[in-house]
Amino acid sequence: MEVNVLIGGAAGQGMETIMNLLGKALVREGFGLIYSKDYMSRVRGGHNFTRLRIAPGSPWTTVESADVMVALNEETYYIHRDSLTPSGRVIYDPELFKLPEGETRGVPVELKKLAEEAGGRVMANTVAVGALLVLMGLDIQAVEELLKDTFAHKEGVAEKNIKALKAGYDTAARTCSACFDLPPKNEGGKKLFIDGNQVLGMGALASGCRFLSAYPMTPSTGIMNYLAGKSPEYPVVVEQAEDEIAAINMALGASYAGIRAMTCTSGGGFSLMVEGVSLAGMTETPIVIAVAMRPGPATGLPTRTEQGDLEFILHSGHGEFPRAVLSATSHEDAFYRLNKAFELADRYQTPVFFLSDQNFADTHRSIEPYDFNRLACNRHLVEEGGFEEPYKRYRITESGISPRALPGQFENEVVLVDSDEHDENGNIIEDANTRRAMVEKRMRKIQALAEEMDEPDLYGDPHPDVLLIGWGSTYGVIREAVDALAALGTKTAMLHFSDLWPLPQKRLRSLLTEVEKSYCIENNARGQLSALIRRETGLLAGGSILKYDGRPFLPREIVEEVQNDLQS
Amino acid sequence: MTCKADQFIIGETAWCPGCGNFAIREALSEALADLCLPPHEVLLVSGIGQAAKIPHYIRVNGFNGLHGRALPPAVGARIANKNLKVIVESGDGDSYGEGGNHFIHNIRRNPDIAHFVHDNQVYGLTKGQASPTSEPGMKTGVQVEGVAMPPLNPLSLALVMGAGFVARCFSGEKEHLKETMKAAINFSGYALIDILQPCVSFNKVNTHGWYKNRVFFPEIEDPGDWSAAMELSRQWGEQIPLGIFYNKPHQTFEESQAALEGEPLSFRPFNPEDYSSLQEDFL
Repeated sequence: MEVNVLIGGAAGQGMETIMNLLGKALVREGFGLIYSKDYMSRVRGGHNFTRLRIAPGSPWTTVESADVMVALNEETYYIHRDSLTPSGRVIYDPELFKLPEGETRGVPVELKKLAEEAGGRVMANTVAVGALLVLMGLDIQAVEELLKDTFAHKEGVAEKNIKALKAGYDTAARTCSACFDLPPKNEGGKKLFIDGNQVLGMGALASGCRFLSAYPMTPSTGIMNYLAGKSPEYPVVVEQAEDEIAAINMALGASYAGIRAMTCTSGGGFSLMVEGVSLAGMTETPIVIAVAMRPGPATGLPTRTEQGDLEFILHSGHGEFPRAVLSATSHEDAFYRLNKAFELADRYQTPVFFLSDQNFADTHRSIEPYDFNRLACNRHLVEEGGFEEPYKRYRITESGISPRALPGQFENEVVLVDSDEHDENGNIIEDANTRRAMVEKRMRKIQALAEEMDEPDLYGDPHPDVLLIGWGSTYGVIREAVDALAALGTKTAMLHFSDLWPLPQKRLRSLLTEVEKSYCIENNARGQLSALIRRETGLLAGGSILKYDGRPFLPREIVEEVQNDLQS
Repeated sequence: MTCKADQFIIGETAWCPGCGNFAIREALSEALADLCLPPHEVLLVSGIGQAAKIPHYIRVNGFNGLHGRALPPAVGARIANKNLKVIVESGDGDSYGEGGNHFIHNIRRNPDIAHFVHDNQVYGLTKGQASPTSEPGMKTGVQVEGVAMPPLNPLSLALVMGAGFVARCFSGEKEHLKETMKAAINFSGYALIDILQPCVSFNKVNTHGWYKNRVFFPEIEDPGDWSAAMELSRQWGEQIPLGIFYNKPHQTFEESQAALEGEPLSFRPFNPEDYSSLQEDFL
């Protein structure tokens, strides 16, 4: 039992407003849901749509079919009418366009007119929300409260919106009331309704990040927006840098001088940052670099999704130095994993990447609230009397990790870092012995770092015949594919990587040799995780299921490809 | 605490005998001593080039970063710890060429940073190519027919962008340089000193004598007169004026950041549990 809603229109018509309002109200009512966006790289016009799926528990993916469609323009109806279920309904404005002869699923609601009557055209979206509520058999109370909260500081706005909401509700009720059965509500208290970028922004702030410098770039900008929105109340500085080169270098300066610092970008912006990655490696300066991937090369598809930059991130920056690469798999996990990225950066004094993508960044889900007690903020700085004098920033140690002090931390001690090869003091050197010692010192850090990597998540049949391997934002969709294949009688499991580098190998080595058939499922054209596994373990994942049209996988696509391959 | 210039001088330099960098280093060490700044409270940030090696030869905190990228980490350091006196020191290629975008936008940003540019009008470390400030017609191994582009005028550019402190010095006028450095370090906001200096190895046009014969100290009646400063910044050739052309502070980047009020961010305590109310936004 589930209900799927699709809202479509031109950019600028406010689909997001509707979904945010409706989604949050539904989550407050106790329903589990996911809402994803499909939008174009433009401010006005074109065709954008969002999908909302209300299903038991906390659904992982949206689906193609729609039970209810809100067509804010005529084009939306024609593009999506085939995915509207036979018993579905389409809410439309009869003053804007007519549905074709024979279309019996229409729910006419004069969105524009009713909004104007309530106080302004801008509230057409609120009218639509009212119509959606009645179709699903919900009362308007939850949204009413939400409108009051949202517009508490704007006099009269909440009242007007509530009027618009009621108008939509009453009008749609004439056609159809409670014509869809909603799934059972979730037990167990309040849930969050949050998107991926908000998860990362909140995770960064609660991890002690005091500085974010970035240049706006879709789909990473939401992280910047979140932190900037918090900067008046919390001790965090957000600076829009003149370019991505400045962004990473500013963050490194801030980190050197003592605060947890981060930058965020997407592939194109990250291309500019790469010299800074190398600088972080050489100066052994902690930094977290969040890269929200979108399809490349070059400008690519700015508002779409891809997992095409794994190889790039793994190899970014000239020279050899330790790094860690973690990824955003689910909203539940990413919050804590970003904290881990900050912890690793401080502990190993090296760049740590946090890879997400548009699919993760822009998707809202209903999830359990986070436990902030699970977050850590260990800076691994030396304390008074805890270091050999004089202080040397790059003192050679067994672990390769040098005691880290901050400039200004100790009277008369100075901290020198250098992008040139350097001695223990940080001074430029060119002699072979010191160079060798410093390379070895940095490389020694990798061993312990590798031990910190979490093994990939194993889900499904404990003794599978078929293994689906993935990483990053495909967690939910592969899980659903595993369930679907299991229901069809195939013993299937998922092995899903959150931590990617240094590549955790134990589970991979034991499982890959046991299963009959394995597939790497990736949103890219070349199977980059598959290549990484081959390079690091010598093992081959049997097949690759790849998608590179800029859209996230649907469970159906994975199931079909696996079935076709197993049959052939 | 002793405030002696020689406490700052360290290291065997990689500079050529007769290089203007020596006088600049001396002036800086004397300026720091005159201001009685302890080494741990000063941060020297540089990029790459002969001038940019200075953090290795002055004993204060140092961030010797990437070519052209001295300003961004300096801003970051100010955000982390506003108690640090931050000085950026690099060459003309680093500051005006590779780092041009950061130069322009940090004038707009106005962080409390003193920026000392060793301007010898040539690339030293890469052995003698044109820099953004090279004289037109100067022949080099790359500009074989002579430099074709007009030079960048850093002082005019800084003034146009709204810099609050704009000065020109000459490494051969060390006392003046030292006093100007002190004024720049004490200035609240971004302060630029373009320091003319000879490159004894690669610039055979703008030699010590060439500068010495041209520099003069004009009477500057009102350092808040932008038009007069602009006029001075455009004088070049037979007569090259030195001095603080413009000196008028305005709101700094740091003053505009709510988060920077109070203790430096670097030394503030942190407890993740204090942040759990953040998720109320999403309930």
